[in-house]
Amino acid sequence: MYRYDQYDASIVETRVEEFRDQVSRRLSGAMSEDQFKPLRLMNGLYLQLHAYMLRVAIPYGTLDSRQMRMLADVARKYDRGYAHFTTRQNLQYNWIELKDAPEILADLATVEMHAIQTSGNCIRNTTSDQFAGAAADEVTDPRPWAELLRQWSTFHPEFTYLPRKFKIAIIASDEDRAAMRLHDIGLQIVRNEAGALGFKVFVGGGMGRTPMIAPLIREFLPAEDYLSYLEACLRVYNRYGRRDNIYKARIKILVHEIGADEYRRQVEEEFLHVKTLGIDPPAAEFDRIAAFFAPPAWEEGLSDDLDLADPEFRLWVEQNVAAHKQPGYAIVTISLKPIGGIPGDASADQMDLMADLAQRHSFDELRVTHAQNIVLPHVKKADLHAIWQALSDAGLATANLDLISDIIACPGLDYCSLANARSIPLAQKIAERFASLDRQRDLGELKLKISGCINACGHHHAGHIGILGVDRKGTENYQLLLGGSGAEDASLGRITGPGFDEDGVVDAIERTVEKYRAVRTPGERFLDTYRRVGFEPFKEAIYG
Amino acid sequence: MKIATGNDLTTGDVVWWDGEGWTRHVEDAVEVGEHGPALIAREEAARRVNVPYIIDAELTDHGPRPAHIKDRIRARGPTVRPDLNRRPIDPATGSWVI
Repeated sequence: MYRYDQYDASIVETRVEEFRDQVSRRLSGAMSEDQFKPLRLMNGLYLQLHAYMLRVAIPYGTLDSRQMRMLADVARKYDRGYAHFTTRQNLQYNWIELKDAPEILADLATVEMHAIQTSGNCIRNTTSDQFAGAAADEVTDPRPWAELLRQWSTFHPEFTYLPRKFKIAIIASDEDRAAMRLHDIGLQIVRNEAGALGFKVFVGGGMGRTPMIAPLIREFLPAEDYLSYLEACLRVYNRYGRRDNIYKARIKILVHEIGADEYRRQVEEEFLHVKTLGIDPPAAEFDRIAAFFAPPAWEEGLSDDLDLADPEFRLWVEQNVAAHKQPGYAIVTISLKPIGGIPGDASADQMDLMADLAQRHSFDELRVTHAQNIVLPHVKKADLHAIWQALSDAGLATANLDLISDIIACPGLDYCSLANARSIPLAQKIAERFASLDRQRDLGELKLKISGCINACGHHHAGHIGILGVDRKGTENYQLLLGGSGAEDASLGRITGPGFDEDGVVDAIERTVEKYRAVRTPGERFLDTYRRVGFEPFKEAIYG
Repeated sequence: MKIATGNDLTTGDVVWWDGEGWTRHVEDAVEVGEHGPALIAREEAARRVNVPYIIDAELTDHGPRPAHIKDRIRARGPTVRPDLNRRPIDPATGSWVI
C-alpha cells in the first residue's frame, strides 16, 4: 500500500488546520452558510436530511487494518456506531456534528486518510478494480497508476473548478469490475503487440440524468504519455464544457455534442502542446510509487485443496470466493448485504472484525467494492474456513455475491436531501422476497441496482434490473429498467413502462425473473436471456 | 398551515420553529402564517440554523404533520433505522411518515 511522504502528510495536515479555522468562523457566525458551503464541500462535509454527512475518501478502494479501525473508531466516537460504504468505494458517516468535523479529519490524518476530492467540481477520488494485485487476469496492478492520478489531481490548480464533477476509473483486466465505461474517463491498461504497457482511453461515460457509455478516444496511449494525455482531455473539457447549464455540464454531453472524433482531434492537438510541459513523471518516480504496491510475501507451494464438507461453507466459497493469481490463495468478498439489512452499512464492531481478519489473513489489506462490499484480497485457502466462521458469527457471511439480493442501493430518501424516493426499504423487501439462497442461486448472476433519484448514485442504469425512484405527486413511485450492465459488456437499461408503488415493483421483479426462468436456455444469465429474446417478452410479462 | 424548519448549525439536527425558538420536536411547531418570510430572513441573518424554510403541514390531534414525505422523514429520522428515530418505540411512526 502507498504510504504518505512528507508532502502528502503536510498537504493533509495543513488542510485540516485550514478547515478547523473555517469551521470556527462558521460557528461563531462570522461566516454565512452561503460562504461556508463551498468550503465544507471541499472537505467532504455535506448537509443531508438529518445531520451533516462526512464522506471519507478511500483512494481506489484500498485500505489497511489501521485505517479500517480508525474508521470504526470515528463511527463510535463521533457518529452512531456505524458507517456506509458507497458506490464510489468511499465511506460516509450520516450523523456528524459540525463542531466535530475538524477533529475527525485530524484523526483520519493520523492514518493517512482525508475527505478531499469527495465533493465539488474537481477530479474525484479515482476508483479501480477491487481485485487489483490479486486477479489472475490483470495485465498489471492498476493501483500505482491510480495513485499517480491521485497525486496529479489533488489540488490541481487548473481543475479545481471544472464545469462539473469528474470521475475516473482505471482497470487492468478485460473483465471490468469497476464500471469503467460509465465514468467521465475510463482507463484500461493493456499491452500492445510489442508488449509495451499502455492505456485504452474512454471518455464521456456516465450515469445520472443522461446516461452514456464512454466511446473509445485512444486505442493505445503509451504509458509515458499518461498524465499529459489526461491533462489534455481535461483541458478541452475545462475550456468547452457547459458551465451555463448544470444538466449539460458533464464531459459526456460535450463529447456527445461535438462527437467523439472532434473531441479526439481537439485532445490530440492539445496533447502536442501539453507534452512539451514535462508533466509526466520520470520512470524513477513511477517506480518509487509502484514499489509500494509490490506483491506481498506470498508463501510458495501451498495446496489449492479445500475441505468443502460443510455445506454452508461450500455455498459461501462457491459464491463469495474468487480465484487468486497465486496458487494456494483466494480472494474473499465479504457481503454487506444481509437479507433485510441496509446495503453497504457496517457497524463499528463489524469494521473492527474485518480489520482483524485483514491483519491476520490478508497481508493487512482490504478493498471496498463499488457494489458496496468489502474484499480481503490475499487469503490462504487454508484459512478460508476460519474466516468464514468469524464472519458468520458477526453476520457477515451472507453467500449472495452477484445474486439478486446483492443489491446496490443509494441512501435514498431515508438520508439524502436530493432523493425523491426511498431506496433502502425497497432493497430490503426485494431481498426478503428472494431470501431463499436456493432460489437466488437458481436465478444465477443478477445485478439489481436502485437509485432514489435521477442522479443515479445507485447505478440503476447499469443494473441487469434497475430501479429508479421518482416523486409522483408527493408519493414514492418506482420505474423499472431492464438490460443494463456496468461490466465489460456495458449497456444501459431500458425503462419498461409505467412505474409502480413499492409493493408493485417487487411483484414486477417477481414476474420478470419468472419470465427469465421460463425462457432461459441452460447456462444463460438473466442478462444473456434478455439480450437474446429482447425487451418485449419481459414487458408483456410485467404488464400483462 | 405553514411551519418553519431548518437544520441546527452546530449539530445539523432537524429543527422546527416553536414561536420562540427552534425545537427538535415537530409536535411543537407553530403556524408562522404571514410572518414566515420575515422570520426566515431574520433567522438567516442570525446564522443559528442552516437554510431555514417554510413548508406546508396539516394540523392533526398530535400536532403538525408536514405535507411532504421528505419533511416527515426529516421529522422522525430514517425509516430504516427506527432505533435512531426521535420516537424509537412509537409503533405509529411508520404510518405517520408514510
